[in-house]
Amino acid sequence: MANDKSAARPLSPHLQIYRPMLTMMMSIMHRITGVGLYFGIALLVWWLTAASLSDGYFDLVQGFFGHWFGRLLLFGFSWALIHHALGGLRHLLWDTGRGFDLRLIEWLARANLAGSIVLTLLLWIIGYGVMA
Amino acid sequence: MSPDKSGTRHFWQQRATAIANVPLVLFLLWFIVSHLGAARAEVVASVQNPINAILLVLSFASILWHMRLGMEMVLEDYVHEERWLNAGLLLNQVFIIVVGVAALYAIFEMFIGA
Repeated sequence: MANDKSAARPLSPHLQIYRPMLTMMMSIMHRITGVGLYFGIALLVWWLTAASLSDGYFDLVQGFFGHWFGRLLLFGFSWALIHHALGGLRHLLWDTGRGFDLRLIEWLARANLAGSIVLTLLLWIIGYGVMA
Repeated sequence: MSPDKSGTRHFWQQRATAIANVPLVLFLLWFIVSHLGAARAEVVASVQNPINAILLVLSFASILWHMRLGMEMVLEDYVHEERWLNAGLLLNQVFIIVVGVAALYAIFEMFIGA
């Protein structure tokens, strides 16, 4: 039976067998950022809820996101969001049956990573411009 | 995946919400960044703009649906014990509903002028 764990069955080679490659790391990052965003959205809802409640409570939450730790969380959240969005665009391209040329795949992986960093920094430069 | 085509539906819904999320996430990022350090009155005034309110509701609807599907896939990949898988899938639903109701309620409160 499938539940019989006593027999030592051969296992198919898993992740730790392979030499880490950029495309593989990007696939893992897509999943990790997705799970991170899943929980991170609670922060956004916390902020919105505070805005609907009272001035005092909203100032407290704004204060938290103004603190370096809150800023770090927000920075991580925005990077994860952009990284996951760009990764999603790659997947949408592959869903159409295109973009499987190995060199293109490698380029897309690099563009995804570089693009997520550049766009996140750009977003924060704009953000600090808004606050100034 | 069960042979009832739920896998295909899962696939398509994941893609449909992914496509919808692209513009909606851009809107959300703009909404957050333009209110960094803002006073509560400014946020409330923005939410009272019907276009913003509608876009916020659509954003949460599409994002939360996408999140539910994504987490289902992750749980199905890593949780093999049926009991724990079912518990995880249930917790996933609960999380999505709690976050969704909280977001909707906050938007509604501000929209009607709290």
